[in-house]
Amino acid sequence: MIEVKNLTKKFGKLEVLKGIDEHIAKGEKVVVIGPSGSGKSTFLRCLNLLEKPTGGKIWFEGTEITAKSCNINKIRQKMGMVFQQFNLFPHLNVLENITLAPRKLLKLSKEEADARADKLLERIGLIDKKYEYPRKLSGGQKQRIAIIRALAMQPDVMLFDEPTSALDPEMVNEVLELIRQLAEEQMTMVIVTHEMGFAREIATRVLFMDDGKILEQNPPKEFFGSPQHPRLIDFLSKVL
Amino acid sequence: MNFFERFLQVFTVEKYMLTIAEGIRNSIVITACAAAIGLFLGLLVAFIKIAAKHFPAMKVPAAICNVYITVVRGTPVALQLFIMAFSVFAIRGFPLIITAIITFGLNSGAYVAENIRAGIQSIDVGQTEAGRSLGLGFGTTMGRVVIPQAIRNVIPAIGNELIALLKETSIVSMVGLIDLTFSAKIVGSGQNMSDYFAPMCVAAMFYLAMVYIIATVLKLIERRLGKSDRS
Repeated sequence: MIEVKNLTKKFGKLEVLKGIDEHIAKGEKVVVIGPSGSGKSTFLRCLNLLEKPTGGKIWFEGTEITAKSCNINKIRQKMGMVFQQFNLFPHLNVLENITLAPRKLLKLSKEEADARADKLLERIGLIDKKYEYPRKLSGGQKQRIAIIRALAMQPDVMLFDEPTSALDPEMVNEVLELIRQLAEEQMTMVIVTHEMGFAREIATRVLFMDDGKILEQNPPKEFFGSPQHPRLIDFLSKVL
Repeated sequence: MNFFERFLQVFTVEKYMLTIAEGIRNSIVITACAAAIGLFLGLLVAFIKIAAKHFPAMKVPAAICNVYITVVRGTPVALQLFIMAFSVFAIRGFPLIITAIITFGLNSGAYVAENIRAGIQSIDVGQTEAGRSLGLGFGTTMGRVVIPQAIRNVIPAIGNELIALLKETSIVSMVGLIDLTFSAKIVGSGQNMSDYFAPMCVAAMFYLAMVYIIATVLKLIERRLGKSDRS
C-alpha cells in the first residue's frame, strides 16, 4: 500500500532522514518508536508530503506521489492524518470541522455529510457536542474529534503523529481506545508514539528509528522480547 | 461673544454650516473610498506575498509588491499627495478629490497589506497542515481555514488604520481641497468669524464622533467574529 525507497530529508544542513526503505502492506499497523529527534515524525510527515522529501521515492496504492505530476490533494484524501496538537479548526464547530472536507472534496450534500458526521460522533459518544466549538472540549475529546474528522474522508490509511503526547494522562486512554477500535476494524495505520504498552498491544510490526535510520523492525513480541540492536536495547532499558 | 455663542454660531450661520458640511462630506468620501481601495489592494498584495512562498510563479509579482510597500511606507504621505496632485494627475480639470482618493488608497493599501500578512502568519501552521492533510488545496485551506481566523486577528489593526486614515486625510488642505480641517480654518478666518478656536472645536468634535462610530462598529464586528471564543 505504501512503498518507500531510499527516502532522505534535509532541513538545511541537518540530515534528518538518511535513507529509509519501507513497505507497508494493507491492514498493517506499524508503530514507529525512537528517541526525540530520531526523525520518526519527519518520516511520517513525508508519507503524505507534509514534508517534501529531499531524495527518494514514495508510492501510495501504486501511484508515485513524489512525482511532479502527482496530484497530492487527491492522494491525501485517502490518507488521514492525526496531529499531536489536534489542530481542530477553532472557528468552526464540531460538526463543521468534520464536514468541511467531505463537502468540499467528496461533494457530499449538507445532509449526507451531516449524517456521516452524526454516525461518527455517536460512535465516540460525543453527539451532544455537535454544535460546540473546540475551545470548550477537553484534550481527549478534541483528539477523538480530530480522528473522526480524518475518518469522515473514509481514508485507506491513517497516520498518527504522537496522538497522545499532548494529552493529560487521564485522557490518554479514551484516545488509545478509539485507535484500538480502528485497529480491530483492520484499518491500515502508521503510528508514531511513545506509548510502549500500546505499541506492544496493537502493532503488527514495530520500527525502531534512531539518527534518521530504521535500525530494527520486528513483530512486537520479538521486538520487545529479544531486541538485537544495541541502541534499541539501550532505548528500551530506559523507557520500559 | 463668549465661546459658547461662537460655537453655536458655527451651526446657526448658514454659510459656516455649509462650509463645515462640505468639509465633512469630503473627509468621509476620501476616507471611505480610500479605505475600500486600501482594503482591496492590501488583500491582493498580502495574498501575492503569501502565495509566493508556495508558488514560484508569484515571485516577480511579490517583488513588485515589496517595492510598493517599501516606497509607500518610506515616504511621507504629504509628499505622496504632492507628487500625485502636482505631477502625476496635474491635468487640467482632473478632480482633486479623485487624486486624494487614489493617493490615500495606495498609501493605505501598503499598511493594510502588512497587517493582513501578519494576521495570516499569526495562525498556527498546524491549521494549514490539518487542512492540507485532509486533501484541501492551498486556496481552499486559506479561504476556509486560515483567513477566517486571521480576519479576527486583523480587525483591530485594520480599525487603527481606518482611524489613522480618517485623520490623515486632513493634509488634503495642503493641495487646496476642502476637508473638515480646512473648512474649520475657512470658517475661522478673517473674512468669516475671525476666531479659529470655536470652529476648530467643532471640527474636533466631528472627528471624535466619526472615530467613535468607526470604533464602535469595529467592536461589534469583532464580537460577532469572536463567537467561537466565548465560553
